[in-house]
Amino acid sequence: MYAYIARRGLLFIPTILLATILVFALFWIVPGDAAMMILTGEEGDGGKVTQADLDNLKRELGLDRPVYIQYGEWLWKILQGDFGDSVWYGTPVLDDLKDRFFITLELSVLAIILAFIAAVPLGVLSAVKQDTFLDHISRLLALVGIALPTFWLGILVIYGLTYLAGWLPPLGYATLWGDPFTNLQQLIFPALVLAFHDMAFTARVARSAMLEVMREDYMRTARSKGLNEWMVVGRHALKNALLPVITVSGYQFGRLLGGTIIIESIFVIPGVGRYLIDAIIHRDFVVVQGVVLLAAAVVLLLNLVIDILYGILDPRIRYS
Amino acid sequence: MANQPTQRVEVAPPPRAGMLQPAAAGLREVNRFARRKPLGAIGGLLVLALVIVAVLAPVLAPYGARDLPDSRQGGSTVYIPPNSQFLLGTDHVGRDVLSRLIYGARISLYVGLGSVLIGITASFIIGVTLTYAGGIIDMSSQRVVDALMALPGLIIALAIVAVLGSSLNNVILAIVIGMIAPVIRTVRSQVLSVKELDYVTAAVAIGAPPWRIVFRHIVPNCLAIYLVLATYYLGFAIIIEASLSFLGVGAPPDQPSWGGMLTRAAQEHVLTAPWVGIFPGVAIFVVVMGFNLLGDALRDVLDPRLRGR
Repeated sequence: MYAYIARRGLLFIPTILLATILVFALFWIVPGDAAMMILTGEEGDGGKVTQADLDNLKRELGLDRPVYIQYGEWLWKILQGDFGDSVWYGTPVLDDLKDRFFITLELSVLAIILAFIAAVPLGVLSAVKQDTFLDHISRLLALVGIALPTFWLGILVIYGLTYLAGWLPPLGYATLWGDPFTNLQQLIFPALVLAFHDMAFTARVARSAMLEVMREDYMRTARSKGLNEWMVVGRHALKNALLPVITVSGYQFGRLLGGTIIIESIFVIPGVGRYLIDAIIHRDFVVVQGVVLLAAAVVLLLNLVIDILYGILDPRIRYS
Repeated sequence: MANQPTQRVEVAPPPRAGMLQPAAAGLREVNRFARRKPLGAIGGLLVLALVIVAVLAPVLAPYGARDLPDSRQGGSTVYIPPNSQFLLGTDHVGRDVLSRLIYGARISLYVGLGSVLIGITASFIIGVTLTYAGGIIDMSSQRVVDALMALPGLIIALAIVAVLGSSLNNVILAIVIGMIAPVIRTVRSQVLSVKELDYVTAAVAIGAPPWRIVFRHIVPNCLAIYLVLATYYLGFAIIIEASLSFLGVGAPPDQPSWGGMLTRAAQEHVLTAPWVGIFPGVAIFVVVMGFNLLGDALRDVLDPRLRGR
């Protein structure tokens, strides 16, 4: 067991290092380079910038040194919790991210839970009643969930709420601890929209996991000893099929983060997503870099935790 | 009867369907597919409709995508509800929503085809080569794929467009980079299973050079997955393009992107002018649904192992 955890943990280090290199490289190749952009941004036009100005600023920013030294220094600062200061707001990126990240996390977790609650029964039903009308309907529903753009569903939900119910969730954001009821009112609809999309995928996984398990020998054994069908499905099949479903739900988290960005901008939730979009509009690359890095770190850490849990729950994984 | 040799000579070899009547054989194949997979056929029709609308846009659209036509009733042309002149109404500037939708099909198709042709082909070649090479090359490239996988598709696309600036070609590049890792991973698993098949071992045994094994034996057996991936990712690319344009960083605002049509202006007037916000969404949904239905059916038909999953 410890050997497995150690092996998996060791794999994590090169992966996250590679991820930081990718993120660094992405912003290193900025056309026209950062120094030029800062100068022309201040002056308003590129004509007045002299070569001397450019060289000075480059030296100031350390952009005249070899790339690997720049990367090393950048990584060293990141490790110390210094993600740099936002060019637009002038505040440290990490401080800004802390509060916003909690909001996005709450929204994502809520969405994952809702998706899971809906997807598992749907997938199980689909597998048990394979190739019946019910199965087709549930598969179609899953396809609809994938094809519906989250932002459009979000708009429709707002439209439906205001037009049909004459009610809109209070705008802005109330903290979970300060005002849990308002908080729930604000987050439940965006979470439902996200969950609908996520449910589609999870239900498909649940269906195929169930189908696989149902072909196992122990299922025939369970039936032949006279257990009733619900016992067979619930106790023997579901228990074994749930593991891959949970895993996939976990891996889905990264995709969910992407969806959250869009949903936050529709429902005016001050999470990481809105922060990122604002940063892109202001061409605030320090912030964009910070958010991408944070997303990568969260996804990789989550994958690590899932893999380790998987190893604990399913001994077959450990030895393969 | 048996001793009438002339008759026996006259028996023609069974017509090879593909050679004698390619059109008829193709039709028969399509017909068979439609009967076995009615939903897939509907998907195929939706995709076909998208292509036709995109190609014939100037013929089909009543107005240009950027035109500000005068209303027959006179007065303001902003936010006119659907009527006989503007079948789907007009938007916040006074442009015909239907015409923009029709021209928008071109953008969706351009971005979809562009990113899939580049992205899937590149990932396919990279995936096959690296996996076939095996050993340390495969191992280390898998770590890079892991690292790329950690960056959520939409977030990496946003970051790339932020760095490069927003234009349709940059959107394509962003989508391509977002799809490389998952596609390489899928191709890898396919190559790994094909690599172990007996005829590949046989080819190795008779001394076939690696390039011959890859191109004659492995690639043809991965083509099914290529087609399926391409279909799915077309839908994916169209959604990502719409999302980026919706967030205001994809297609430039004057371009009639379906996602772009749903931005702020449409959202703020969702109550007074719902047609502006509803129809582009319907278009995205229907088209992406078409690609997914087609992809599902193709996968079932081309890859029997995955049937019914």
